[in-house]
Amino acid sequence: MDQTLEGHTTRRGFVNWMLGTSAGAFLLSVLYPVGRYLVPPKVGESTAAAVTLAIKPDDVKPNSGQVFKFGSRPGILIRTPTGELRAFSAVCTHLNCTVQYRPDLSHIWCACHNGHFDLNGQNIVGPPPRPLDGFVVNTRGNQIVVSKSA
Amino acid sequence: MAVSETRHGRLWTWLDQRIGLADLEKLARKKQVPVHRHGLWYYFGGMTLFLFVVQVATGILLLLYYRPSAEEAYESIQFLMAEVEFGWLIRSIHAWSANLMILALFVHLFSALLLKAYRPPREVTWLSGMALLGVALAFGFTGYLLPWNELAYFATKVGTEITGAVPLVGRFLLRLLRGGDEVTGATLTRFYGIHVAVLPALVTLALGLHLYLVQKHGMSVPPGVEREGAPRFTPFVPNFLLRDVVGWLSAVAILAALAAFLPAELGKKADPFAPAPVGIKPEWYFMFMFQTLKYLPSHILGIEGEIVGVVGFGLGGVFLLLIPFLDRRAARGQPSPLFTWIGIALIVYVLVLTYLGYTASPTK
Repeated sequence: MDQTLEGHTTRRGFVNWMLGTSAGAFLLSVLYPVGRYLVPPKVGESTAAAVTLAIKPDDVKPNSGQVFKFGSRPGILIRTPTGELRAFSAVCTHLNCTVQYRPDLSHIWCACHNGHFDLNGQNIVGPPPRPLDGFVVNTRGNQIVVSKSA
Repeated sequence: MAVSETRHGRLWTWLDQRIGLADLEKLARKKQVPVHRHGLWYYFGGMTLFLFVVQVATGILLLLYYRPSAEEAYESIQFLMAEVEFGWLIRSIHAWSANLMILALFVHLFSALLLKAYRPPREVTWLSGMALLGVALAFGFTGYLLPWNELAYFATKVGTEITGAVPLVGRFLLRLLRGGDEVTGATLTRFYGIHVAVLPALVTLALGLHLYLVQKHGMSVPPGVEREGAPRFTPFVPNFLLRDVVGWLSAVAILAALAAFLPAELGKKADPFAPAPVGIKPEWYFMFMFQTLKYLPSHILGIEGEIVGVVGFGLGGVFLLLIPFLDRRAARGQPSPLFTWIGIALIVYVLVLTYLGYTASPTK
């Protein structure tokens, strides 16, 4: 049936238009809330700028490393073979696995896709595209405090 | 009426008048299967379907004990494996049948590819089959996380992070999939819902279409056989179906043996604050992709290696999907050796990378 008759909207055209837009509006009013529902709400990022570790400085032997909790993500504390304490984000820059210290290689390594990082967190071998984020380590008496670098 | 009554009895007649059994019987008698030297490959579709039915049955049983939360998932499976009578058997059969189903599906896919079963008018059959492949892989990926153990946790971390490498919408997809920025209990709940509700619904649709089209078009005869003249046919009921049943019973025997001698392991509970374990690996059917990502350097032509890998696999998938429309020679009934060689190259690539994934030292 013609939409217009001598420039006028026909009754059928008008009803079809109403039906079409109503159906569209109905679909939208269903799909929009469902779509929004599926997207998880933003949870406040952990704002902790510094954490005091449960590990004592003496517990970390030279040429070893330990994973600790930095907010909601893991960090890694290492003591270099020369005795210096350093901390990095333990989240591999390749695909998010948690890295570990390899005493036999004396550097940081990711088991998932064989990524290697040196003692400064620089990506040296394998697929990781960027260095690990570095943290600042302070020893206060018998406590280790790790904070985000400024 | 009198004829069918004498043939099938009164109950059959009563039902036929109400639901039309005679039509179904006619349909079953009409179905014919070609007989030729490549006939063996016809059994793998039915085998995939049978193993899927095993998955549905064992999956429903597992639902009765499983608890989908980060706090309880691992413990509920521990309880299932140690305390529930035959709990180990049900879970092991579910795990093994999943693997065999994917294997049968791959054999079905590659035989359809090499025998050019995707030629007109079966393009949509091919597309629905590819949809089923996608759903099956999604079943495997989501199901792998449900025990909430160390291996599954990191495999899921890596697997979902890969979606983050998709250009433009990656970050959005990643959050949608994980139910947040990290792999947490929210991810587990989401994967559970996808595994037991969303994917079964999708399978019902895609499988319904696939099976309908197989009935509509009949079995595809390979072009090589076709050129030698029309092949002989055998009735589906009962000749082919009985052979199918022999295969299915063998599969049950293999499943029982695998479940008894190599029961599904549980491993250590996932700990988000432990380093990724050495020798971490995904399910074997993702191994070729996992191993490829290991070999890609951090940057290729200035683009991050993982993005190149992900986009590459995406394009590969699209190519496979569109093969019925690209292989014009096969569509005209001519030999198309190029696509045969592409198929063989794909198989060799998957086999070699999978082999390397299991043999290359994980620490070198």
